[in-house]
Amino acid sequence: MTEVPTLEVRNLRTHFFTRAGVVKAVDDVSFTVPRGKVLGLVGESGSGKSVTGFSVMGLVDPPGRIVSGQILFKGQDLTQLSDEEMRQLRGNRIAMIFQDPMMTLNPVLRVDTQMIETVLAHEKVPEEEARRRARDALGMVGIPSPDERLKSYPHQFSGGMRQRVAIAIALLHRPDLIVADEPTTALDVTIQGQILAEVQKLAATTGTSLIWITHDLSVVAGLADDIAVMYAGKIVEQGDVGEVLDSPLHPYTHGLIGSVPSRNRRGEPLRQIPGMTPSLLSLAPGCAFRARCPRAADDCGVMPELSEWRPARLARCHHPHLETAEQAA
Amino acid sequence: MSEVIDQHAPRVFSDTETPMVELRGVSRRFAKKLDVAAKLARRLGADVKEEIVHAVDKVDLRVRKGEVVGLVGESGCGKSTLGRIVAGILPQSDGQVFWNGKDVATLAGAEARDAKLKRQMIFQDPYASLNPRMRVADIVGEAPQVHGLVKRGGFDEYVDEQMRRAGLDPAFKRRYPHQFSGGQRQRIGIARALAVQPEFIVCDEAVAALDVSIQAQILNLFMRLRRELDLTYLFISHDLGVVEHLSDRVVIMYLGRVVEEAPTDRVFKAPNHPYTRSLLDSVPRIENRKRAFAVVKGEIPSPLNPPPGCHFHPRCPLAFDRCRVEVPKLREVAPGHRSACHLNDAA
Ligand SMILES: Nc1ncnc2c1ncn2[C@@H]1O[C@H](COP(=O)(O)OP(=O)(O)OP(=O)(O)O)[C@@H](O)[C@H]1O
Ligand SMILES: Nc1ncnc2c1ncn2[C@@H]1O[C@H](COP(=O)(O)OP(=O)(O)O)[C@@H](O)[C@H]1O
Ligand code: SF4
Ligand code: SF4
Ligand SMILES: [Mg+2]
Ligand SMILES: [Mg+2]
Repeated sequence: MTEVPTLEVRNLRTHFFTRAGVVKAVDDVSFTVPRGKVLGLVGESGSGKSVTGFSVMGLVDPPGRIVSGQILFKGQDLTQLSDEEMRQLRGNRIAMIFQDPMMTLNPVLRVDTQMIETVLAHEKVPEEEARRRARDALGMVGIPSPDERLKSYPHQFSGGMRQRVAIAIALLHRPDLIVADEPTTALDVTIQGQILAEVQKLAATTGTSLIWITHDLSVVAGLADDIAVMYAGKIVEQGDVGEVLDSPLHPYTHGLIGSVPSRNRRGEPLRQIPGMTPSLLSLAPGCAFRARCPRAADDCGVMPELSEWRPARLARCHHPHLETAEQAA
Repeated sequence: MSEVIDQHAPRVFSDTETPMVELRGVSRRFAKKLDVAAKLARRLGADVKEEIVHAVDKVDLRVRKGEVVGLVGESGCGKSTLGRIVAGILPQSDGQVFWNGKDVATLAGAEARDAKLKRQMIFQDPYASLNPRMRVADIVGEAPQVHGLVKRGGFDEYVDEQMRRAGLDPAFKRRYPHQFSGGQRQRIGIARALAVQPEFIVCDEAVAALDVSIQAQILNLFMRLRRELDLTYLFISHDLGVVEHLSDRVVIMYLGRVVEEAPTDRVFKAPNHPYTRSLLDSVPRIENRKRAFAVVKGEIPSPLNPPPGCHFHPRCPLAFDRCRVEVPKLREVAPGHRSACHLNDAA
């Protein structure tokens, strides 16, 4: 029998009912994250990455709501839980890391106070035990002299250190799933490298599953097992990281990878995707990438399904790049 | 000065010609304002002094005509401050800035005006740098009109040409900045900078706020304009992939100082400075799959309180006693390749 995956999202739709119209921020999204695996969720700004993450966390606020679909966490459908039940899971079995660590940290509380409170919120343990766990978590994310650091306030930390503290808080209960939304985007390269290395170690040693949201393909390349590419609220390509990056099927993924400078000859024009991201408020029927797609044909006026073109390789396209997939195989 | 001879460099520039822009020993200090608590403490008699940030510390820099120089470094290391000094929009605290061989401080009249107009800057956040209440036509056309670059009655035609060149449809010229996408707003910033017919452009993180697919469009535009208008660029970016792609030469800063400078190929294939090597190791690359991320230890020190000697010594795996007390000088390690590390003295 196969193991129940940590997370299985099925046909999720999260829409925002705004005055200007309905924004279908997440529109029929499905994916699976097995235990101990990292899913890289990539796409341009506004493609629906964060709303997907918030949906899993049960943090979508009006005018947005989950319209349909299932979010199965170890087999249990989170969309059916009450607010209180969801609150019990959050920060305990599932945790989120944001781009801005101050979304997690309280500026007026000392780090030890915040961390101990977080432990005690979900578990009845002596305070000394809670403090020991807080210290261990700080050590795990590479914060030197954690005992001393526990007594500091968030503003006494650098941006990178704050993000580590936020990650340490996410780790306090050894959650089964962490949703990380662009957590290293605002950090410097050397600091990002440190944090990615720590996260990599964690996923390997604790069995925690991760959804790593980013627009940076290079980060996903080094960190993730699987990748899901979003465009205009839908997943357009999905599969093993190496396979997708080496032989993308969808024209959007193809264009995205092609425009990375290191994939181009120095000094020559970069391969570019023409046009711009469509507004979710005025999507024409059919494939949302159509206006920018070099392979578009008449049949693209009908929205393609996310189909399995190769074993475990999904793409939402009528004319995928099967030739490159063949070369790579 | 030795000649720059590097077969791999896409463009080779002679060190003997007068650089278009040159900085000699330029520093810039900022007084960090006291916060309320500190002010109160001082009023009560505590010995609280305003802190000084050495944003740029004795920097020498030369950019030759036609060159693209990439300026890289981590946040707060002084890239933007240096860029603004080079563009002539921020005065230095010490040192000299030369424009085509002349000290800018000594210029007057038409020469001074020329030195100012010919150097333009393009910013990271295209929205913050565009006046939200001005129409695109005025954003682009105002400065050239003020400076008499536009023929009488030729305003519309002039603006149309600038917009077209930056890849914008002139039909949009009556619109306001908020009616454009991020990529289009960056094009407006480019059109505005180019409208005064500059020769030298400082791009400060000019594509950092854009989506990858739009970044490529804007980078291609920069390269096309370089060819068409014979432009010279100082290209500031924290993105090493972008810098590698379009620079002829790369300058690396750490905490206010230049630590290494070399033709692009050499920086990426034969970096000399330990900081440059750490930086290159830390950059995630799309080619690297599921590999352990390399790690530089420690944090970036505060520029308010930089470590003595070599600024990099607390994080440097090769640091030795001398590094903690003596500032290493930027010295030539190969033709056109300079690095500031004491290890180069041993050889
Ligand atoms: N107007 C100012 N007043 C006080 N300090 C300043 C001012 N401008 C810059 N600084 C300080 O000078 C140092 C260098 O800043 P600068 O903006 O040049 O860095 P940078 O390399 O461009 O960083 P980033 O990559 O974050 O843009 C920083 O410590 C910054 O806080
Ligand atoms: N609170 C909200 N109200 C209305 N629209 C929203 C709200 N939050 C997000 N959206 C819209 O949902 C879409 C997806 O947003 P998001 O998931 O944040 O994108 P990403 O994280 O991929 O950049 C965007 O069009 C965005 O404008
Ligand atoms: S469905 Fe058609 S328009 Fe859409 S990506 Fe595929 S080929 Fe292009
Ligand atoms: S001077 Fe010393 S500390 Fe600085 S980079 Fe060289 S070896 Fe490292
Ligand atoms: Mg987001
Ligand atoms: Mg800057």
